Amino acid sequence: MDERTLDAIIARHDAPAGRLLGILGEIQNQEGYVSRETLEMLSEKVGVRISQLYGLATFYSYFTLRPVGDHVITICMGTACHVKGAVAILEALEGLLGIKSDVTDDGKLSITTIDRKFTVEIARCFGACSMAPVLRIDGNLYGYATPEDLPGILGEYGWKP
Amino acid sequence: MRIVSAADMEKVSRSGLRKIRPEKPRIAVGLATCGIAVGGMRVYDRIKEIIGEENPDIELARVGCIGYCREEPLVNITIPGKPLVILHRVTPGDAEEIVRAVEKGEVPVEKALCRIPLWDHITGCTQEYGAGFDGIPRYEDVPFFSHQKKVILRNSGLINPEQIDEYIAIGGYAAALKALSGMAPEAIIDEVEKSGLRGRGGAGFPTGLKWRIARNAEGDRKFVICNADEGDPGAYMNRNEMESDPHMVLEGMLIGAYAIGVSEGLIYIRAEYPLAIRRLQTAIGQAREYGLLGKDIFGTGFSFDIGIATGAGAFVCGESTALVASIEGRTGRPHPRPPRLTDPGGGLFGYPTDLNNVESWCNIPVIISKGSEWYAGIGAKGNSGTKVFSLVGKVDRVGLVEVPLGTSLNTIVFTIGNGGAGNKKVKAVQTGGPSGGCIPARLFDTPVDYESLNRIGSIMGSGGIVVMDEDTDMVDIARYFINFAASESCGKCVPCREGLKHTLLILNKILAKKATKKDLEILSDLTETIVATSLCGLGQTAPNPVLTTLAYFRDEYDALVNP
Ligand SMILES: Cc1cc2nc3c(=O)[nH]c(=O)nc-3n(C[C@H](O)[C@H](O)[C@H](O)COP(=O)(O)O)c2cc1C
Ligand code: SF4
Ligand code: FES
Ligand code: FES
Repeated sequence: MDERTLDAIIARHDAPAGRLLGILGEIQNQEGYVSRETLEMLSEKVGVRISQLYGLATFYSYFTLRPVGDHVITICMGTACHVKGAVAILEALEGLLGIKSDVTDDGKLSITTIDRKFTVEIARCFGACSMAPVLRIDGNLYGYATPEDLPGILGEYGWKP
Repeated sequence: MRIVSAADMEKVSRSGLRKIRPEKPRIAVGLATCGIAVGGMRVYDRIKEIIGEENPDIELARVGCIGYCREEPLVNITIPGKPLVILHRVTPGDAEEIVRAVEKGEVPVEKALCRIPLWDHITGCTQEYGAGFDGIPRYEDVPFFSHQKKVILRNSGLINPEQIDEYIAIGGYAAALKALSGMAPEAIIDEVEKSGLRGRGGAGFPTGLKWRIARNAEGDRKFVICNADEGDPGAYMNRNEMESDPHMVLEGMLIGAYAIGVSEGLIYIRAEYPLAIRRLQTAIGQAREYGLLGKDIFGTGFSFDIGIATGAGAFVCGESTALVASIEGRTGRPHPRPPRLTDPGGGLFGYPTDLNNVESWCNIPVIISKGSEWYAGIGAKGNSGTKVFSLVGKVDRVGLVEVPLGTSLNTIVFTIGNGGAGNKKVKAVQTGGPSGGCIPARLFDTPVDYESLNRIGSIMGSGGIVVMDEDTDMVDIARYFINFAASESCGKCVPCREGLKHTLLILNKILAKKATKKDLEILSDLTETIVATSLCGLGQTAPNPVLTTLAYFRDEYDALVNP
């Protein structure tokens, strides 16, 4: 992240309450991950030790430390989605994208295809549980997903069989 | 413009009413997260394309959500003098037909779910839409709605959450005006105590009592915080409350802050709710413009403002001490209580702090406006008021269900939810999320109140109800929750960090059919130890899904283990 963008983010979070997570959250939202360089720059600018920032970035599952692909696909693994077959969605997605994760339902899962087009992550819940199972691609939610729907949905993002 | 008097309020109210019920027909599309997820935005865009940017004859608006998720996208239509009509399962392809009908003062009857001739917004305004459209079922006759009582969701889906004028037009901020300009702080706390309101975040602590403790705490700087972490995966009541009616949360906090004597408020909200965050930000900005937040509110000399702090995906941060640590920019690891948040030294930055759940705050304007007696008349003894539940999983009618406390699970799952989806047999429900338990169908006559649910091993929690049917494997469900809790454990204390890990290993072994009876014994012992010795609520309650499935679905475990 370039310095100007980071400065602007920091300026938006001037109140002490919620400051660090707010800044890290915006970095994550804009870049898709939090890079080491950005953490170092941030550490200097806000006067917080890098170890503390790193501690936050690893404790909280919202942050990813590795770069992501062009499109981020997030599969909900919340209770409603689990009951309605989220695991089958994840498996189908792995098949289509040719990736394999040893799924632990852990919030930090993040795998990227070799061509760096897609990153697959999992989330706890988007609050759209009534439409379970739900997946999100770049901020767009898809409800009532079935494995059969996936090729069509991925097609919207430039995926080809 | 600043609002300082009832007369100012009246002026804004009139402008809001012209938006809710313009002199021309209004088409309003339900645009909360779930509505958008199934194409609500495309419907909105298509209608806009047809009628054009500014149409002299039709008003197009965005509203929140009335909570009948299965029937989304929902669109409601108000033709002056006629009942409000809710259309369901609307697609962009229907837009043309809708617009053509509305142009003639009609609605497409075959798309109509129900009509609302009259709606009580509870906090001081009853909207009389009008008569007609007799061929369309009445709202009260729709089975999903007929057993509900909308107190918290009093405005959801009917007003534009991004227009403060509309909130004021249906009686919003009148309770705040009444409280700040005419009631002593102690009198407000008395009212809240007498109402019997208990915290909606899960534990059911009396809200008035918590306020009194916070008010009496030593210290000249204090905080109020709204807990909008909604960490239970499968629950989304709070999301809809904030997205559909954000000012109701702000108004509740304003009244509470005045009663406790606080000038700084915060909403701690999970980052996974971007739309709710945006709508809250908009609402806060609008409230400041009218002087409803900021300095010298209503000219009373009282000042209060609200900031937003975002979470970052850690379930444990819903716990009060972890939540405070998280806002302070630390990792969310709980500490033993006392000190409680309300104690000096225990709250945010060390200052006494009152923490309440989103839905707890939403009840406050109603209690002040209708009085504690009215409020206490709803629900059951010791459990007054209504509660919003998210009824999801393998149930036919999924959605947000608001009922008086004390309503039975049977009513919620069968009468309102219409039982299993696809005619499957309902086997159980899970309430209270990762801290709750699985309740078998034979116990569905249990009234949903704090004590009754505890008695059968579950908890009320924040209001998530996930329905399981004959195909659901209960041991797998137990494993799912333990896996969740194990990966969300903050790692501070051994019983939770190590105990849950081993619980998970045993459950994996059982599901792989490699376990013996002995393992089941270890499972019981281990989980009971975790309950008894963990430091915070996460560890103390995490075994509940195992304990309840062991108690009620023992046969499913037995079928998997070797002798
Ligand atoms: C692990 C854990 C997670 C929690 N998550 C939430 C939550 O997401 N939202 C919430 O309001 N309360 C949550 N709570 C309860 C809060 O700690 C607290 O009791 C509540 O916010 C108080 O508000 P109330 O009295 O209005 O219910 C959680 C508690 C624990 C132990
Ligand atoms: S019980 Fe679990 S979450 Fe709570 S403090 Fe201990 S390790 Fe952390
Ligand atoms: S459980 Fe998947 S969106 Fe809530
Ligand atoms: S459709 Fe709006 S809350 Fe579900």
